[in-house]
This record gives sequence, structure tokens and C-alpha cells, in this order.
Amino acid sequence: MKDTFKIGKREFTSRLMVGTGKYPTPEVMKEALKESGAQIVTVAVRRVNLKRPEESFLGHIDTSLFTILPNTAGCYTADDAVRTARLAREAFSTDLIKLEVIGDEKTLFPDNEALLSSAKILVKEGFCVMPYTNDDPIMARKLEDAGCAAVMPLAAPIGSGLGIRNPYNIRIILETVKVPVIVDAGVGTASDAAVAMELGCDGVLMNTGIAGAKDPVRMARAMKLAVEAGRLAYLAGRIPRKLYAAASSPIDGMIG
Amino acid sequence: MKIRVNGETIEVKEKAAIPDLFERLGIRPPGIAVELNGEIVPRSRHPETMLKENDSVEIVRMAGGG
Repeated sequence: MKDTFKIGKREFTSRLMVGTGKYPTPEVMKEALKESGAQIVTVAVRRVNLKRPEESFLGHIDTSLFTILPNTAGCYTADDAVRTARLAREAFSTDLIKLEVIGDEKTLFPDNEALLSSAKILVKEGFCVMPYTNDDPIMARKLEDAGCAAVMPLAAPIGSGLGIRNPYNIRIILETVKVPVIVDAGVGTASDAAVAMELGCDGVLMNTGIAGAKDPVRMARAMKLAVEAGRLAYLAGRIPRKLYAAASSPIDGMIG
Repeated sequence: MKIRVNGETIEVKEKAAIPDLFERLGIRPPGIAVELNGEIVPRSRHPETMLKENDSVEIVRMAGGG
């Protein structure tokens, strides 16, 4: 059975989205992207280096294979995020934007107020907005009401690898909004990705978890399998947790 | 004349348009966006957009990121 999910009008089969930062080499990145099976890859928008104007990151990414999801990473104000989103749309000819407005350097937690105000502006300008947000159901609802195409609650701080710190909030978010819920940030290893998918999330977005692994290519494959396994387990429906044993073999027909 | 590009002051010829600036700096589209004094200049308008003394230009492209 076909199991797809939609971001705005675009339909995807892979539920793993991957970042393109912090890889040891572009070759390792290319191989890891391939192994991950991802269809969506995130990229940043940065000034052309005037000392090395020929440098082109675009040359490392096959845009016929991947949907490019530009981000507003590093923006600390709504104005900067909106400006970066507009530049991304012009540079990469896409209306998709992973909206990040950072509130604090140490935690990289989002600035809710600025996130919501910039999301409203960008939705009005026709962007397909995918906001990186706290694991806060109220914020998720406000972002959905503002017209965002998905909500992307963090599992844990960006790059921390701490895994899903508040699965209960993620569950409440899943019950609160109808748009896709994508866990973004904090995934450290395959089991974290599987947990996110078992909770019923529509997808997982990660960068450091793969790029920072000792063997990023192998970890990319592990994440692909974990996301698929978690998704299947969610669809299959797990057994309830019980305190005491329940025998798997029949009692009838025992000898003696 | 002098203009600011990505925070650096550079010298360009008089009556330079955006494609002239690209040539002067060795920048090759695609995948480039240009902001002139805080406003995006769409690709289609690059050839007709003339630069003036003290203009502030941002030129961006794709970089790796999460």
C-alpha cells in the first residue's frame, strides 16, 4: 500500500528529511544523502564569498533528485528571517521555507513571538512555511492557524542528540493540528527517529545526527531504516503495555 | 564609483548594471539572489538595474545547512 504524505501540494514517499551542513567532505555528504533515501534536503542561504566567488554548493546537490528546502537558520529577528526567506525564493526558485527564528545562542531555541509574526508575513506572501518550533502544542496550533504547511517541533536542542525529550507533548501536538508534524532537531541515533515515527509523526528532519556520526553514510542508512520501521510500527499498532506477563504459548494441551 | 557588496567596499565602473558586477566579481548564476539597498532585484531585472555610488548590495547563494 502506498504511504505518502503531503507538504502543501507536494507529495513525498520518504519521511526522512536531511540537512546538508557539517559533513566531513562533499563526497561523504552526497553518498549519505543517497543512502538516506531522503527526497527533501535542507540548505542555508549565505553571502557569496567574494574571495572565492566560484565556490558553488549547488554543484554538490542533484536538484533533479531532491526537493530543496531552504532555511532561515541563524536569523534572530523576524525581519532577518523574512528577508532570508525572500532571498531563498529568488535564488532557488522555490516557495518552500524552513522558518527558523532563533531566540538564544546557547540553546538555539526558537523565539515564538518572532516565529509567529514572520510566519504570518511569509504565508501572506505565498510561501509554503515549515516552522521549526518548540514542542509546545499551543504554538503548534497558532502556527497552523497562521497558515503554515507543517509544524516542526524540536525533539531536543539542535545538534544535541538528546532524542525525544518530551514524547507526551509531541503526542498532544499530533492530536492538536491537522498539518504534518515533523520532528526537527535533537535526533541522535536510529532509535530516536523510530520513537518519533512510532508516536505518529509524519516525518523526521535531521542533520547533525547523520553528518556528525563517525560514519555518516552508514548512519544515513540506519536513519532511513529507523524511520521506515517506526512508521510501519505506528501503522501496525503496538500492543498495550502491561505490568504482568501474558503467555505466548497455549495453556491447553500441556503434558502431565 | 564605490559601492558596498556583502559588507565590503569595492570599486566598479560608472553605469554598471548587475551583470557587470557579477563579471567584475567572477560570480556565475544560477542559484544567486541579489538584494539592492534592502530590496530584492528579480533575476529578470538584473540587466536593466543600474548601480549608483554608495549602493549597498547583498549577493547570496546556497550553503550547506540544516
